[in-house]
Amino acid sequence: MPRINSPGELEAVRREIESQADRAKPCVLICAGSGCIASGAAEVIAAFRAEIENQGLAVDIGTKGTGCHGFCERGPVVVLYPEEICYLQVKPEDVPEIVSKTLKGKEIVERLVYADRATGEKASRESEIPFYKNQQRHVIGSNVRIDPKSIEDYMALGGYTALSKALCDMTAVEVLGEIKKSNLRGRGGGGFPTGRKWEESRNAPGDIKYVIVNADEGDPGAYMDRSVLEGNPHSVLEGLIIGGWAVGACQGFVYVRQEYPLAVENLMIAIEQATEYGFLGQNILGSGFDFKVTVHRGAGAFVCGESSALMTAIEGKAGEPRPKYIHTAIKGVWDRPSVLNNVETWANVPLIIARGADWFTQFGTEKSKGTKIFSLVGKINNTGLVEVPMGTTLRDIIFKVGGGIPGGRKFKAVQTGGPSGGCIPESMLDLEVGFDELSKVGSMMGSGGMIIMDEDTCMVDVARYFLDFLADESCGKCVPCREGIRQMLKILTNITQGKGKEGDIERLEELAEVAGYAALCALGRTAPNPFLSTLKYFREEYEAHIRDKKCPALSCKELIAYYIDPNKCRACMTCSKQCPSNAIDGGKNRIHVIEQDKCTKCGTCFEVCPSRFGAVTKISGAPVPPPIPEEARIITRESKQK
Amino acid sequence: MSEILFTIDAKEVKATEGMTVLEAAKSIGVFIPTLCHHEKLEPYGACRICMVEVETGGRTRIVASCLYPVEPNLVVRTRSQTIDKIRRVLIEEMLAHAPDSVQLDELAKEYGADRDRFEKEPSFCIHCGLCVRYCAEIKKKNALGFIDRGARREISFIPKLAAEECWNCKECFELCPTSALQAAYVLAQALSPV
Ligand SMILES: Cc1cc2nc3c(=O)[nH]c(=O)nc-3n(C[C@H](O)[C@H](O)[C@H](O)COP(=O)(O)O)c2cc1C
Ligand code: SF4
Ligand code: SF4
Ligand code: FES
Repeated sequence: MPRINSPGELEAVRREIESQADRAKPCVLICAGSGCIASGAAEVIAAFRAEIENQGLAVDIGTKGTGCHGFCERGPVVVLYPEEICYLQVKPEDVPEIVSKTLKGKEIVERLVYADRATGEKASRESEIPFYKNQQRHVIGSNVRIDPKSIEDYMALGGYTALSKALCDMTAVEVLGEIKKSNLRGRGGGGFPTGRKWEESRNAPGDIKYVIVNADEGDPGAYMDRSVLEGNPHSVLEGLIIGGWAVGACQGFVYVRQEYPLAVENLMIAIEQATEYGFLGQNILGSGFDFKVTVHRGAGAFVCGESSALMTAIEGKAGEPRPKYIHTAIKGVWDRPSVLNNVETWANVPLIIARGADWFTQFGTEKSKGTKIFSLVGKINNTGLVEVPMGTTLRDIIFKVGGGIPGGRKFKAVQTGGPSGGCIPESMLDLEVGFDELSKVGSMMGSGGMIIMDEDTCMVDVARYFLDFLADESCGKCVPCREGIRQMLKILTNITQGKGKEGDIERLEELAEVAGYAALCALGRTAPNPFLSTLKYFREEYEAHIRDKKCPALSCKELIAYYIDPNKCRACMTCSKQCPSNAIDGGKNRIHVIEQDKCTKCGTCFEVCPSRFGAVTKISGAPVPPPIPEEARIITRESKQK
Repeated sequence: MSEILFTIDAKEVKATEGMTVLEAAKSIGVFIPTLCHHEKLEPYGACRICMVEVETGGRTRIVASCLYPVEPNLVVRTRSQTIDKIRRVLIEEMLAHAPDSVQLDELAKEYGADRDRFEKEPSFCIHCGLCVRYCAEIKKKNALGFIDRGARREISFIPKLAAEECWNCKECFELCPTSALQAAYVLAQALSPV
């Protein structure tokens, strides 16, 4: 690979890559992101390669393992280029048929195309599937077209031209000005204006400065950053080098969690390739700018994603937050000016430089510009990664893109912002997503996690769940966080177990208030959010648990009892056979009764009772009716009487 | 060093750049309670009992005075309803662990803290880190440290080091605001193979 020494040489190399015959030929694009690999993508890729070879098509048709397509729920995802026919949940056994029918015969394999779960309506192109149709994929869109291990793939789509523009056609101050003008805000947590942070570092005294990628991504269930780093590592690198130039930094760090081996692998390859082409190293593109990048693997604690803890970890010490009344942009790693941004923030930078701040600000709301990637998980039909313009309503994200709630259940709340985010109720579904909009309702953008909850979810238990997570993940250094979370968790656990007392809510509120004021880092200061937001919107659920020992969602085990309605039971014996604790007294033609003292509340009977009977119910906050007299339990079947 | 003028509880203070609000307060005899602070050690900011209100540029914030650097025209209030509430709850939280600490008991009286507000879980240590930091920063021995994180965090002597080094030193013992250190040391000795 030749070293590229000027923008002119870059353009020449890019043209050559573009003109190579095999770039124009039809290609099978198979998602090789972690999600699809887990559902068997590697085998599917191998099957395609073998089958294409077997059928003598290798000269005409290419294959490529790409970055994450986002629709992980229905993976492995396969897209046939250039027609963009999209097949979902493809297995190696499907491959011969796809090759003969679609690649050769241009005929669609109906059973592999998307079919809407509710309407059954089919869509054979990625762009027609509702999940994709309603997105605007500026950042993750290229994943689909790129082999993350190939810098040429990235360059063919215009990769590194933004770097060339920044270094050779713009001054560092102009680059900074463009980022400021774009109003780009941090995608990793607080939504801090990126340009302002860069400027602070640029103006800070000191010759040695750093720029850092935060790829710690510790939120359970979130994998936006993994997909970007894994699927398009060069976009992050290019952003980082541009940032280094604008800030006046000589070195970049990527702090990536150990649990992301594929992201680390693809990133290392990307750094190697970028160095060979001369996008990293000395005198980049003949501009006189020198820049190198080091990868730091994190131990994976959630708190290590916090800026001061992350920087302490880069210094080689235990990743604990340190008190900072001076911004890390001024005094960060080894007390030197250090700009830390999230993966997605960096990946937006080349787009802004290449297309201009005015292009970027077309999308979004007044104060939140551009797009945002969200990971949709929980009680939702289309789990996966979605990228939509800021300002899209929660309703559109959940129902149009996400396809709504499965099993005909009712939507109850969406939790945004990661473990210390908040829950937003149904009445606020028309909220437009944006940093300030989400904060205003007591939640936050965080890094873009969205957990959808349906009517069977107990909101007190949700708060308990997140505080349980945070009790483990707090570093334990400061009192209001360590002790505040510990006590909040105890009280919440008691409430869900029917041991709530008058005064608990007030005690929780005080603990929350003090943690919010006094904790050393943002983990502790935001830890009460899951409690505060559920209390704000679902106070009656707290009161029902405490006062009436009732769980309105019929979910808290200690507060519910299973009961067989004698008027509905047909003595089919399904439940009594499957009850693991032998707690169901029944028998042929005898109405079944649950012996409450034996019942472990596993819920098996509730699930297995045939829906045409629906005899098993849950009771909460009221006594279980006594069993009916023995003689009334005998069922006489009409058919037998005849 | 340039001189910095500001007020603490409406008293004028002259401080030098680089000082913390706590140091400046001490210099004019204004008392701010502390539990994890020690003059010879790097500021740590863990107990949060030293929090005060500061007003700069029309914005009021609540900050740890042992860390917050002085700046011109700062307005500092060491007591207020919010500050007193924060201190009271912090004391109540710590009393759940170290009910016999004399220092906590005195603070509890001052701030009206309820000794039994939260379920007791005596582990005695309040994680001020004085012992750990004293050993590391002053004695340079690192004979004890914190293990684990979050609610499970606790101090621990390295038994072998404790047996070799600590018997003749024990300087950290008197720093402990509870009596936890002594107990932990005895335990480490018992476990030590030496
Ligand atoms: C407990 C905690 C965990 C965090 N984890 C992450 C993380 O995994 N990734 C991330 O980008 N930011 C994380 N942040 C936010 C960072 O501290 C920091 O604000 C962010 O990386 C700055 O980048 P941005 O301005 O591009 O968002 C975390 C913050 C806290 C308090
Ligand atoms: S707020 Fe929590 S995570 Fe942050 S320093 Fe304090 S104990 Fe550690
Ligand atoms: S043992 Fe004592 S000195 Fe050491 S951290 Fe615990 S409370 Fe502080
Ligand atoms: S003395 Fe300031 S936090 Fe402990």
